[in-house]
Amino acid sequence: MSLEKFISQAVSSWMSDDGPDSDIVLSSRIRFARNLDEYNFPTLFTNGEAEAVIGTIMERVSNTPIQNVGQLEMIKMDDIPPLQKRVLVEKHIISPNLAENSIHGACLLSENEEISIMINEEDHIRIQCLFPGFQLSEALKAANEIDDWLEEHVNYAFDEKFGYLTSCPTNVGTGLRASVMMHLPGLVLTQQMNRIVPAINQLGLVVRGIYGEGSEALGNIFQISNQITLGKSEEDIVEDLKSVVSQIISQERSAREALAKTSNIQLEDRVFRSYGTLANSRIIETKEAARCLSDLRLGIDMGYIKNISKSILNELMILTQPGFLQQYAGGPLRPDERDIRRAALIRERLKMESKEESGG
Amino acid sequence: MICQECNQRPATLHFTNFSNGEKTEMHLCERCAQEKGEMFMMNNGPGFAINSLLAGLLNMEPAFPEQKKEAYQAEQVLQCPQCSMTFPQFVKVGRFGCATCYDAFREQLTPIIRRLHSGNFIHNGKIPKRIGGDLHLRKTIDDLKLSLKNLILQEEFEKAAETRDQIRELERKLTAGQEGGE
Ligand SMILES: [Zn+2]
Ligand SMILES: [Zn+2]
Repeated sequence: MSLEKFISQAVSSWMSDDGPDSDIVLSSRIRFARNLDEYNFPTLFTNGEAEAVIGTIMERVSNTPIQNVGQLEMIKMDDIPPLQKRVLVEKHIISPNLAENSIHGACLLSENEEISIMINEEDHIRIQCLFPGFQLSEALKAANEIDDWLEEHVNYAFDEKFGYLTSCPTNVGTGLRASVMMHLPGLVLTQQMNRIVPAINQLGLVVRGIYGEGSEALGNIFQISNQITLGKSEEDIVEDLKSVVSQIISQERSAREALAKTSNIQLEDRVFRSYGTLANSRIIETKEAARCLSDLRLGIDMGYIKNISKSILNELMILTQPGFLQQYAGGPLRPDERDIRRAALIRERLKMESKEESGG
Repeated sequence: MICQECNQRPATLHFTNFSNGEKTEMHLCERCAQEKGEMFMMNNGPGFAINSLLAGLLNMEPAFPEQKKEAYQAEQVLQCPQCSMTFPQFVKVGRFGCATCYDAFREQLTPIIRRLHSGNFIHNGKIPKRIGGDLHLRKTIDDLKLSLKNLILQEEFEKAAETRDQIRELERKLTAGQEGGE
């Protein structure tokens, strides 16, 4: 398969489309956890109950389409090979838990991959809306529409006092997890994250890296999400997150301005060195690739580099993960082979940019 | 010992994890442990099992010594009639077996839920349209009753009378709905 075709098939709209403030907020996500009241939770349910849950939801989906969403495709975990599951995880469409541990797990996916409904994960139903850029309210609206549509025919487990009942007590109430993925190279380079993270935590929000392990955030990409799900309305949870995110956006912007003012040439040097590495290396590890991609994206945002699309960071952070590399290679790869493939894929992807430039 | 995550607060929770024959230890403050729990839940990270983390959180209730005593006594018998999960089982796995568990463990649960949700224990968000039924109505009535109280305090008797009539009207609706519905 050609790289162009592979990428066009692999890329979801949240990775490629522009959204508001997408120079800093890469994507916005809303997740609702829901359960059906007539079956045990996935913690304890039987195979038969798991199948019944899928059946109930399938019936709902095949009978009446949701407005503004179009066709939803059902992907059953039992029917697809492990590599394909891994790719879905790397695209943030399903959770590792659904891929690896679920009984009769499944996912309903919209064509543009903005909407996915996980079935039989930790809860019977997990509605997820993933939008490009800073669009939390829009994503909340979309998730509410799907939730209402499902609820017309499905009995949710709901308690007057505790709200929507979930397998885990940390999700009870609204069942809402709202999150944004932010690219914050300015705050990292100016060493402000150590100060900002505890401040964000104080406000009841959780900050973590999405790529990489432990506290490191590969590619300077951070996820910020609400921690508590009970006692506040969905709108308030989203508004509180939005106001913090807006503050972080403006701090990141000032950090970038300060960098441009105080160390313009050093920053430009860093950006172009990273560009050189990405365009020329023959072996590249995840960590180095992530660092260079972050630099490149910063260079694009700050105008040092022209004619390369901004979506390159999103795309390549996803496409250079092990699952995707192996899917592109058409088979399993050892880690050292992946590093070679990764370098090749990045080089080719950058060549596509210059082709587009000379062609158009 | 200081928390290894934030390096600020004292570590009150200690976790040991064995994976692939390797022993790892984690010393965390309550806040960081809670966040870690959250993180593992979303990540399903292979290292520290969320279950043991959450179990640590659920077991640790220095802020509610009396409830703890009560919970301990109740633990011996408390069991969900629907799915048969017992309260100690819930504490161990950190997951409910079914929706009825919430009802079965309601009393013991409230302090745990408060702890996990910054003191909150009452849902204040969306109500499902269909099964929510008169819950919407009852919420409106509660709100009106509250404003009635305020109106009386402010000696706005004319408005208070209006509100009282409104409440009566809604309460009639509520009873009518219940009689008609069941
Ligand atoms: Zn700590
Ligand atoms: Zn139960």
